[in-house]
Amino acid sequence: MINSHNPQKFIGHTQLKTSPFFERTSKLNQSQEWRRWGGYLAATQYDLHHENEYFAIRTKAALLDVSPLYKYSIKGPDAQSFMDRVVTRNINICEIGQVMYTPWCDEKGKVIDDGTVQHLGENNFRLTSAEPNLTWLLDNSNGMNVNIKDDSNNIAALALQGPNSRNILNCISSKSLNNLKFFRLIDTKLNGIPVTISRTGYTGDLGYEIWIDPSKSIEIWDILIKSGKSYGITPVGLNALDISRIEASLILLDVDYISSKHALIENRKSSPYELGLDWTVKIKGNDFIGKKALELEKKSPSNWKFRGIEIQWESLEKEYKKVGLPPGLPGMAWRTSTPLYFKNKQVGYATSGCWSPILKCYIALAHIHADYADINSYLDFEIKVEHFRKLTPAIVVETPFYNPKRKTSCPN
Amino acid sequence: MSKLSKYDAIIIGGGHNGLTAAAYLARAGKKVLVLERRYVLGGAAVTEEIFPGFKFSVCSYVISLLKSNVIRELMLPRFGLKILPLESTFTPLDNDYLFRTSDGDQTYKEIYRHSPKDAETYKRFGPLMGQIGMAVRPILETIAPNPLNPSISDLVALKKLLNHVKGLSNEHFEYLCKLMTMSSADFLDEWFEFEPLKATMAASGIIGTFMGPRSPGSAYIMLHHYMGDIDGAFRAWGFQKGGTGELSMTIARSAKHFGADIMTEAPVKKVITKNNKAIGVALENGDEYKSNIVISGLDPKLTFLKLVDEKELPSDFIQDIKNFRIRGSSGKVNLALDGLPNFTSLPGDGPHLRGAISISPNYNYLEKAYDDAKYGNFSKEPYMDIILPSVIDPDMAPPGKHVMSCFVQYAPYNINGGWNDSKREDFGDAVINTLARYAPNIKDIILHRQVLTPKDLETTFGLTEGNIFHGELTLQQLFSLRPAVKWADYTTPIKNYFQCGSGTHPGGGITGSPGEMAAKKILNKW
Repeated sequence: MINSHNPQKFIGHTQLKTSPFFERTSKLNQSQEWRRWGGYLAATQYDLHHENEYFAIRTKAALLDVSPLYKYSIKGPDAQSFMDRVVTRNINICEIGQVMYTPWCDEKGKVIDDGTVQHLGENNFRLTSAEPNLTWLLDNSNGMNVNIKDDSNNIAALALQGPNSRNILNCISSKSLNNLKFFRLIDTKLNGIPVTISRTGYTGDLGYEIWIDPSKSIEIWDILIKSGKSYGITPVGLNALDISRIEASLILLDVDYISSKHALIENRKSSPYELGLDWTVKIKGNDFIGKKALELEKKSPSNWKFRGIEIQWESLEKEYKKVGLPPGLPGMAWRTSTPLYFKNKQVGYATSGCWSPILKCYIALAHIHADYADINSYLDFEIKVEHFRKLTPAIVVETPFYNPKRKTSCPN
Repeated sequence: MSKLSKYDAIIIGGGHNGLTAAAYLARAGKKVLVLERRYVLGGAAVTEEIFPGFKFSVCSYVISLLKSNVIRELMLPRFGLKILPLESTFTPLDNDYLFRTSDGDQTYKEIYRHSPKDAETYKRFGPLMGQIGMAVRPILETIAPNPLNPSISDLVALKKLLNHVKGLSNEHFEYLCKLMTMSSADFLDEWFEFEPLKATMAASGIIGTFMGPRSPGSAYIMLHHYMGDIDGAFRAWGFQKGGTGELSMTIARSAKHFGADIMTEAPVKKVITKNNKAIGVALENGDEYKSNIVISGLDPKLTFLKLVDEKELPSDFIQDIKNFRIRGSSGKVNLALDGLPNFTSLPGDGPHLRGAISISPNYNYLEKAYDDAKYGNFSKEPYMDIILPSVIDPDMAPPGKHVMSCFVQYAPYNINGGWNDSKREDFGDAVINTLARYAPNIKDIILHRQVLTPKDLETTFGLTEGNIFHGELTLQQLFSLRPAVKWADYTTPIKNYFQCGSGTHPGGGITGSPGEMAAKKILNKW
């Protein structure tokens, strides 16, 4: 419904929530295609097709509204020890101004969710997550002097991702971004408006996330669009993001794994080891939730590995040629569990995949039985050619598929 | 920088095909040296900063036909391949416009505005051309056999092609025959009625040739432009980030990775032969390099009439090469702009500036432009295929500024009175005046203009007569006839002397195909 008393204000006729940037994004969205994200409307793509948005992430600068992320404020004298207890990483080595990516687990060592821990100040943290986690956090804070608050609606967030993102921010930031390292954050001002900028994102490229007071959100959006114009800044939706996150091999809740909080059966749950997140588990540090189970799992490893696979072009092309078609490549990222075989025996399943426009390669993320998950192993990937199931070879490869130097480097 | 006294293969010319051949040979373990005359690699696929801060894809400017197996086999993504989408065509008219995008529904609605009949036909036409393009692809991907004196492998190739043609449906065969013989105007008249649509489509059938849209044979060149595919989608045009020169550099990085040596500013004077066998090359500066084989990436005229002595070659072959049609018909105007052109018919910034802009309002416009050229003048109102690279890739120009690439036709090589500085400027003025008719602000925003006549294309880039395809893509010089009968399989009458440029099958455009197939032919027997 458009509010006729205030033509400047656009109100979507929706029961879903709209983000603080909706006034801008709703007008820019040419396709009017939206997905649900955490109860919000989130742009699927702004153009009629997502290609241009994808290439903005990889070659220019992409502006994404990531406000639907859940955000929790954790403060108080026990905040640090609380965080260290909740997540699998060693928060005691997380410096002020540092950000850590981490999963968190239930007592059985099965992953509930994953997100980032931002160390904002002494005993002052922010946790971002894909799903609501307030109850879990509160339930696990018994006896600790810590104040946990759901800040999801109090902080608007934009991701500015891509090779030109630093140049754009340097034009308007009161502090230079040149020395901000990967997974660090700073407080700065954009044209005088205070914001926090973290060098984080979900694209696997050079990029930043900007944490903003919602009342200033439109101003910040406009400043970025204006100063970013000559750097090719492009509003980008979830379709393009999905391709880039697969290229970066970043997992997605409810797609690549199911939260142990809502898995109906045990088999659907995954440990960090089964998601390729071994590096996030501090087995030698203080106790954390799920540590005992994970210690046991480390001694007797799970049968499942999480890997990248590349579907081999020549055979794929041949299968399509047989029916007179050019190779059928997915135009968008897919999320349908797809079987993987070794000699006609199913040994795994891919959970998300896409044609990578920058790598010119068909890639997927997959859960594979450990016996068949060695790098360079050949498996058979199921495709459908003209409604008929076929098997075509895929090779297990190192991840991330795409990992440009600029993601972590600083100028000079 | 050369370290070896003798190479397995020397490639003359660091254009994209020469570099592709070098990469394939190096990948097979051969010691390869590429010798490029200019200071920069890429030949006609080159990016140069002609005006400070502004990067021009000086000559060729879009990518469509780059073969996907070349991309994979040479691992080009690893070395910098980044092809950005360029999928719309904007045809400004005096009081209206035609804007086609890659979105079928949007394009249907847009054409419907002008002709409901054409809108519907268009939906059928694209897939048909794609199918025919697919049907022709195997021909393009076969080393052209010698039909007169076929070897066993030639016979195998001919049989395969025959079977392939047999497999075509009646409908496809009919259209294929029409496309091979008709003019693009006649062919399109069978389908469409809206002139700007027909003219814009027909224009792709005149690019790089000395023909008009009503000249028979132009339909095939139109088809040639439908044979591109990017990521499995047919007929998608793309723009390499950093310009076409960056694509050449990508191939060069691949070649170097495989061990090839590449020298710039190393103009070759002659191929050294002994007993009618190539044994090396002599540079202009007197240096000599020995090698088992020599491959020329230059056009057929330079390859056979300049780099070797005529007496080394059979006289009938010399005659064929002399008759090879290589008449340049186009020029290029590259502009550094202070802002964006503002089109009267569709003002302001918008998606129409992200794709091709075609100055092709109707057949008569194109045919009149051709008439000027027929009688030895450049077109007063030329056909133009324009892109704004900086809109797609802002790094091509300083922040807020833009570059504009205008492919301009016609500009005959043999212009009355010959090309000179003042004629070049007159040609540039004609281009700007034509642009100003549709985007009047253009004159106020030009910071620098680079005008390239066919003569400049010859002098600077070594394209004989300024022909962008190393020879016209007309039926009498395609496939087994490119560049001459019996010598269409990358071999030459001189032993160990090979050819790999656009003057060989399957012709021009940034395909990598001649380079790839020449290298594979050579490696096959090595």
